[in-house]
Amino acid sequence: MMEIWHGITKAAELLTTFDPEVMDIAGRSLRISVTSSLLASLVCLPIASLIHFHSFPGKKFLISLIQTFFSVPTVAVGLFVFVLFSRAGPLGGMNLLFTPTVMVIGQALLITPILLGLTISALSGVDKALVDTARSLGANGFQTAIAVLREARFAVMAAVIMAFGRAISEVGLVIMVGGNIRGFTRVITTAISLETSKGDLELSIALGIILLLIALVINLALSRIQQR
Amino acid sequence: MALIETVDLCQRHGERYTLKNTSIRVDQGEVFALIGPTGAGKTTLLRLIDLLDPPTSGKLYFDGMDVTESERLRFKIRRRMAFVLQKPVVFNISVFDNIAYGLKWRGKRRDDIRDKVNSILEVVDLTPYKNRNARTLSGGEAQRVAIARAIAIEPEVLLLDEPTANLDPISTAKIEESILRIANQHDTAIIMATHDMAQGHRLADRIGVLIDGELLQMGDPREVFNLPSSREVAELVGVENIIDGVITSSQEGIAVIDIGGTAIEAVSDYAVGDKVSACIKPEDITLIISKSASSARNTLASEITKVVVIGSLARVELDCGFPLVVLVTKRSVEELNLGSKVKVYASFKATRVHTIKRSEGN
Repeated sequence: MMEIWHGITKAAELLTTFDPEVMDIAGRSLRISVTSSLLASLVCLPIASLIHFHSFPGKKFLISLIQTFFSVPTVAVGLFVFVLFSRAGPLGGMNLLFTPTVMVIGQALLITPILLGLTISALSGVDKALVDTARSLGANGFQTAIAVLREARFAVMAAVIMAFGRAISEVGLVIMVGGNIRGFTRVITTAISLETSKGDLELSIALGIILLLIALVINLALSRIQQR
Repeated sequence: MALIETVDLCQRHGERYTLKNTSIRVDQGEVFALIGPTGAGKTTLLRLIDLLDPPTSGKLYFDGMDVTESERLRFKIRRRMAFVLQKPVVFNISVFDNIAYGLKWRGKRRDDIRDKVNSILEVVDLTPYKNRNARTLSGGEAQRVAIARAIAIEPEVLLLDEPTANLDPISTAKIEESILRIANQHDTAIIMATHDMAQGHRLADRIGVLIDGELLQMGDPREVFNLPSSREVAELVGVENIIDGVITSSQEGIAVIDIGGTAIEAVSDYAVGDKVSACIKPEDITLIISKSASSARNTLASEITKVVVIGSLARVELDCGFPLVVLVTKRSVEELNLGSKVKVYASFKATRVHTIKRSEGN
């Protein structure tokens, strides 16, 4: 019990003094997860719009498939990215394994189903009459999609924030493809995992508090958006 | 050449036809009203004309061009029209941005958009709401935004689906005024669907009556309201007295119709033996106490069965061998002391009886 209490007080000290290592790890976590979320959004939002606005055979099946991948195990995505970028893999020549870049790619892949699924569902929530109104006012397909995305902006933002939450709190994938290299690919979750196994509770608790704070900010932002 | 022409347009949803062989022509600057009950196919026809849905069969011409030619042409033509949907749909952005949307999509210059939107805001009396989110407006205000947004793009054809449904009388009057102004000032062809018969009568140059997906009658309002071509149209335009009978004699255009033993005279070209429905508007019948007071060809001894006062008017139901509804002023009810079981004479001219030939089965 004393050990835990000691860990908490030490963690508070690390946080209040802006310990360089804690700040470095937290900053990297944020950078990587924000980048992966933006990257995935850039790709997923147009694809989700395409799926939503077009009728094609197997559309319902595709949406079900996307929703199934919401809960894909992170280690499975990690394994896939590892094989892809390992020396013997098809993209091994790029030498990206154990770099922040591959962590961004891995996280982006991991959150793609969530972003696609939630964006499609956000677009489906927009009144069909608004689509007709846009078309009747002379909007082309692209302009209609932008107008509808704009209409669903709060639900789409909520999807992006949810995806970011999944990315930053994930550990299995980043440890497999990032390697947890100190000062280079070590992020909050991998650091907590390593330091706890070494028995260094204070650093783990400090990083855990930061992760909880990020989760709190995400939740506050989400509830603000959902109230609109 | 008509600006809009539909030829035998049909729309089918599953096994059910929502529109059957509909052919209309609408010219530039004309206000054409589609009247009919809910579910008659009015919205379906407007959606087809606006090229939002493809028809199951039939042709649609815009300014002489066959719109089925290519998707590119359909898009170009759609940009020359605007459609205001029945439910006032506004985007979750400011009133200004809502009205500017169509202009932005056409790539207009920012300054031009600002000037245009500001002038239209004044026309529809919404300048004070310019920066408000359109979703916070009332139903009438939202409908005015929808109309303003449509007229901002200066369409050649403006399609309005029940533009004043569920609105208060003041908002309705404002919208009707705007519709007439647009048609007159910009020479815009307006096609509006309405189930409000009086509105169709007030605004339209021509009226088309749609019932159960079929265009049953088309003509100027006077023609449609006074000379309905079928029993269904007569019922729709508010002819309350539609009485079935048989023509027993006819001389110099005046026919005698036997209605279950009671004879009435009507101006009619139908032949002796023809089964007809006699249509008499309640406001065309007068009630008198003494038979000698009337010079009309039809003066029927009747007994009042019910009197219902509605504002300054009264609806009097009679039995004169067949049921008859008469509309009189509340003052007449008081002066003539009209009430249940009172004996009166129902008087109407032969020219006020419109006859419709019944099909063999009826």
